[in-house]
Formats: sequence, structure tokens, C-alpha cells
Amino acid sequence: MQREVMFAGFGGQGILLIGNILAHTAMEEGYEVAWVPSYGPEMRGGTAYCLVVISDRPIGSPIIRNPMHLVAMNHPSLEKFAPMVKPNGVVVINSSLIHIGSDRDDVDELLVPANDIANDLGSIKVANIVALGAFVARSKIVDFEVLRKCVQEQFSSKEKLIPINMAALEEGKKVAQIK
Amino acid sequence: MGKILMKGNEAIGEAAIRAGCLNYFAYPITPQSEVAEYLSRRMPEVGGVFLQAESEIAVGNMLFGAAGCGARVFTTSSSPGISLMSEAISYISSAQLPVVFVNIVRGGPGLGGILPSQADYFQATKGGGHGDYRLLVMAPASIQEAVEMVMTAFPLAEKYRNPVMILGDGLIGQMMEPVEFPEHLRTEPSNKDDWATNGMDTRKSSKPNLVKTLFLNAEKLEEHNVILKAKYDRMKREEVRYEPYNTDTDYQALIVSFGTMSRVCRTVIDDLKAEGFETAMIRPQTLFPFPEEPIKQAALKESCKVIISIELNMGQMVEDVERSVQGGRPVHWYGKAGGDVPTPEEIIDVIKSFVS
Amino acid sequence: MAKTFKKPEALSDQPPHYCPGCTHGVIHRLVAEVIDELGIRGRTVGIAPVGCAVLAYNYFTFDFQEAAHGRAPAMATGIKRVRPDLIVFTYQGDGDLASIGMGEIIHAANRGEKFTTIFVNNTVYGMTGGQMAPTTLQGQRTTTSPAGRNVEEVGMPVKMAELISALETPAYVTRQTVLKPKYIVRAKKAIKKAFQYQIDGRCFSLVELVSTCPTNWGLTPVESVKWAEENMLPYFKLGEYKTPDDVEED
Repeated sequence: MQREVMFAGFGGQGILLIGNILAHTAMEEGYEVAWVPSYGPEMRGGTAYCLVVISDRPIGSPIIRNPMHLVAMNHPSLEKFAPMVKPNGVVVINSSLIHIGSDRDDVDELLVPANDIANDLGSIKVANIVALGAFVARSKIVDFEVLRKCVQEQFSSKEKLIPINMAALEEGKKVAQIK
Repeated sequence: MGKILMKGNEAIGEAAIRAGCLNYFAYPITPQSEVAEYLSRRMPEVGGVFLQAESEIAVGNMLFGAAGCGARVFTTSSSPGISLMSEAISYISSAQLPVVFVNIVRGGPGLGGILPSQADYFQATKGGGHGDYRLLVMAPASIQEAVEMVMTAFPLAEKYRNPVMILGDGLIGQMMEPVEFPEHLRTEPSNKDDWATNGMDTRKSSKPNLVKTLFLNAEKLEEHNVILKAKYDRMKREEVRYEPYNTDTDYQALIVSFGTMSRVCRTVIDDLKAEGFETAMIRPQTLFPFPEEPIKQAALKESCKVIISIELNMGQMVEDVERSVQGGRPVHWYGKAGGDVPTPEEIIDVIKSFVS
Repeated sequence: MAKTFKKPEALSDQPPHYCPGCTHGVIHRLVAEVIDELGIRGRTVGIAPVGCAVLAYNYFTFDFQEAAHGRAPAMATGIKRVRPDLIVFTYQGDGDLASIGMGEIIHAANRGEKFTTIFVNNTVYGMTGGQMAPTTLQGQRTTTSPAGRNVEEVGMPVKMAELISALETPAYVTRQTVLKPKYIVRAKKAIKKAFQYQIDGRCFSLVELVSTCPTNWGLTPVESVKWAEENMLPYFKLGEYKTPDDVEED
């Protein structure tokens, strides 16, 4: 079984980081993983995206046109990638910045006001972690407990950032649980 | 030690250190600059040498000097940079020095682009610089394999006293995958006292050593080239590496593909199998020496109707595939050179069109 | 001074291939004497250029590498960085150093690489048959400037000692000559000083030596010395251009 998640947004929104954390979590759970970034000029200021592939066997093509899930952190990335998501995938929409829907009736659309929640927690910077928490809670793609551990590990060198990131993760989870 | 999630470029830098290579000279170029960035931090930590040179021309000649005096040394670059190093690669090959080059290939010609490409197949396997020389060329298809190839490249370069090139692509450099660094692949640099300019005091000798490439006498130059050829022939006998995939079936088509492209082909073979259509692949892990015999054998299987060389370029390896198959079966090529890696769906259509 | 007539240990018995009146022989001997006197033969690596001195390794009795054209400073950098204990010198002509290898020498000097460059300036490409070099004098006839160097087209002759001295990085830079015995004594002192700075790990050092090429100049050895004194020395002025002490005293 192979699953793919596309994370997309502006450069600076921490897109590559949440992809990295998810890949790390899946690896800790014993899955094969690949983290494929977009790279090059489009990284400077424009859209940033990365694809995380999680599989129970060696990963073949790491180039995937139609990912199973999408986490869209800004408007252009939702417009660009929503049509590509496979049916029954989870589409997380950062509703603080995106005021449209995925225009799909065959996916599980989840609106997460990630920026607003992050602001309430005290830093806009953790919006990405809010979205990650919401996505994992909804898709159950990895174990949430292992995810907690990996987020903690990610910030182990900047310990004072751990509480706010853990809180962001939990707030995201809460949003996902409200159906 | 458990696996760690690492970017290909960083893993390649770390692999060299774990292999016992503590000398690195380089020049920044996308998509491999992370190797230099990583090693600018790591080399001082392990007491190694890191130097950012003024150009790839200088890098090549720094490697030439450093390897000549007996040091284990390597560099990483990308296509246009390798073109500039090709002068030194020719000299290093002639002087029979062990040096490891990593080429994280980008699209060309000229500045081309920075996306994944295999357009430097000819440059790596047929020369690039002047004169009759060959590099031992390995092509990884995953970051773990890149790590292992880098680690084995050093003892191989020393065994043959010949440069070894790792031919990756932008995706191998930029992607993250779990890796581990096998402890058994750490090696001690070989003793080079009989030829290296490491100083007569160092080797307690009163006979000077000379690293040179000039042979003005025709007989001497002939002799030198014969020695080099004997090494390349030995590589052909002893160093061919490849991975067969699904070759124990009655496949109708045989794919030959390497690196990132071969991973897509693996998915293709799995998907077609699910449809009840058997295909197989020979994935060359060494591009020189090329797995000629295994490809020939696999191509001549009764059920096999067609051989397709699938590459991220406009058709380079296909010439070696044709040479291997020797007319026994039709050989086709499919590929793309702009940086878009063909999807499994695209390749499935191509295979079906060739088989029908 | 009988000792100076004995062959230095660092010099081999091989008869040189250089033309009559060529200054390479003298310069080789000075380098060999200095290496003997400093007792560094067992840890010295010389780097031969492309040019007349391409076979220089035949005349010395220590380790040698032969570089690609102009790349000797990069090669020396590679050696010095991985083996700082070795004493490394490049031996380069004007085409090798000031033309094709300009990038390598400038950057090596600017990084303050701790090796020594012996730069033999005789204003022409000797090995390939007397073509115009970056140091060919204004109006000087060569096989590729048959009407004389036209500075309107190819610019003024390059003054390497001045150019390297202009870099901010501390270095020892000097221009000497071996045209006559009185100059030779000074040239040897400069070469020794250059190696000493390297041994002490102080700085990059460059010794430019104003030299002759009777064959390609179409002159006898005696006429060549006269020509060089009259034409080269006024333009390529002898002297110490820079020492690491200058910088430290500032």
C-alpha cells in the first residue's frame, strides 16, 4: 500500500518542514519513505511544495502526478493541485488564507483556519504544524503519538519552541475531529 | 545505528567522510550545492579539508595535485562543472590517480536546466575530456545506493588507480530518504608509496616519485595506453554491476534503465504485472563497465519481443544497449530531456505501442 | 666558494635539453642549491608547467608532478591543503602563468596558499616556437606578432609581480633576474627567502625572474643579455614588491 501527500504553499510557510516531519514519522513507524521537494528558482518566494511518499514496500517512482492527499496552505496551491488529488483523498485547506473550496465532491475536504489558530497561540509561524496536526488526525496516515514524538525531536535544538508547536499540533487535531 | 532521513546531497557528503575520505574541493552549482554547504560544516568537525575553489577548472587540478601526493580526495559537481573539470579528468586518468567525482546531473546542453537529467551519459562513459580513457561509472537509483556507491568508490578508485564517477541526477541530490552508513564500507586508504609524491622522507626513500602524463616517445605513449586499456578490460571482467527485475517471468518487453528513471520503470513493471502483462528490466548499476552480457542474455529470452532503453535524455545509453543486443532483437529508445520525469502511465503507453 | 661549483644534491646528472644561452639551467641550479641549503629535499614536491620547463622533473632529485597548462597553482593548492608539511613550488613560464593560468595564480595568491612560485619571464612562448606572450614587450616581434606587439590591439605587457602585490593578502613578491652574476646572487637570495617564508608557514611567495630566450628572440646568448637589460629591465623593474612583514608593520 502506497500513499502520497502533497504539501504546498508559499515559500516561508514551512511547507518543506512539515513534509519532512511526516516523512520522519512514517520512517519511525517502519515505512519506506521518500521526500521529494520542488527545487530551483520557484523556491525563491513563489510556490513551495513537496511530496511525501509512504509505502510498505520499496518505493518505485518518486514522481507522482496524482497524490492521494493534499495540504494546501495558500490559494494558488489549492487551485494547482486540488484537481490532481485521487478520489477519497484528504484535502486540507488553510481557510485563513483560502476562501474557495477544492471544487471536488469526491474528496474529504477539511477546512483549517491554520493562520488564525497559530496567531491565537502566539505565533503565525506554527500555522504549518496546525495543518499537519489536522491532516494526520483526519487521514490517520501515521500514528499521532509517534508524530508528537517527531515534532518534539524536530525542535529539540530550539527547546523553547517545543510547547507552542505541541500546542499547534493538538489544536490542529481538534479541528479535524469536528466533523 | 538506525536509519536517518537525509537529503541525497548531504548523504553523499557524509558517505565520503564515513568511507574515510577527509579531503574535499568544490565549486557551488545547482543542484549539488548542498554537498559543499554540508561539508563546509562537517569537514572541520572531523579534521578534514574543505576548500571552495575559484572554478571547477581549479577544483579538477586541486584534486589532481592532492591525489598525486597520495591523499584520498573527492569532489561533487553538476554537468557544466564536470565539463570544466574534464581537462583534469583526462590528466588524472592518464596519471592513474584515484579520485572520486560525483556528478549530480542537470539538463543540458549549455546551461540547460536544473531538473533531473541523464544527459551526461556519454560524457561520463565515453570520455568528455581528450584522449583514450575511461572512468568507472556507477549510477545510484536511491539515496541508500548513492551512499553505498560513494563509500565503495574510494577503494575501487585505489584498486584501479583510476577516477570513479558517481552519476546521479537532480532528484537523487534533492530527495530525502532514510539512509544508513554501513560501517563495513569504511576503508583505509591504500599505501601509495611506490608512486605518490608524498615526499621522500615520508616514505623513507631516496628515489623521487613522479606524477606525469607526457610521453613524447611514440613507443612509450603506446605502452602507456596499453597499460590503461588493460585496466579498463579488467574492469569489464570484474566490476560489472546490475540489478535484474522481474526477469524470471516470460516477459514480452525488456526495459534497460538506470538511476531515477529506473524507479519509474519498476513501478511500470509492477503495474503491468497487475494487468497480467509481464515486462522486465535490467538496471545497470555500473554504466562503465556496461552490463553487455546480462542485457544480451535477457534480450534473447524466447518470450521477449522488444528491448526499450528508457532514459532522461534524447537517446544515449540506447547505443550501448544496441551494441549489447547485437541485432538479436529490435531495440527502441524512449526518453525526455527537459527535466520532467516521464510518469508510469506514459511509459506504459510507450511499451504497449512497441509490443503491439 | 668552490662549493658552488659542485653539483647540488637536488640536481640530477641528466644533461639539460635547453638551448644554448637559455636561463632555465641557471634557475634550476639556484632552486636546487636553495633546497640543499635548507635541507628540504626529502619533503619537497616540484610542479612542472607546460612550456620549455615541462621536463624540469628530469633535472631534480625529489618528487615532482607535471601540471596541465597554467594549472600548477591549483595543483600546488591541492597538495599543500592535504599535506601542509610538504614544501611545494611551481615553476612556470609567462604563457603558463600570465596567460592561460592567470585565474589560478591570482586566486592561489589571494587565498595566501603557502607555496612558492618561480616565474620565468622571457616574453615569449618558447616551447611552441616563439609566439607572443602576455609579457611580450610593446613593439616586440614574435611569430604571432610579426609587426611587433600592437598594444592598441592586445594591451600592454602584463606585470605579474605588480599585479600579485596589489592583492591585500600578505605575500612575498619579488622580481629578480639572472642575466649577470651580480644579479644571480640577489636572485638566489630571493628564492631562498621565498622558500623560507613557506617553511615558516607565513605566506604565498612569488619570485619573478627576468630571463632570456635567444633562440626565439633570434639573438646570440650575449646579444640576448644585452637586449634584456636594455628592453626588459626598464619595464619589468627589479626589486622586492611585497613582504608579509610590510603588511604586519602597517
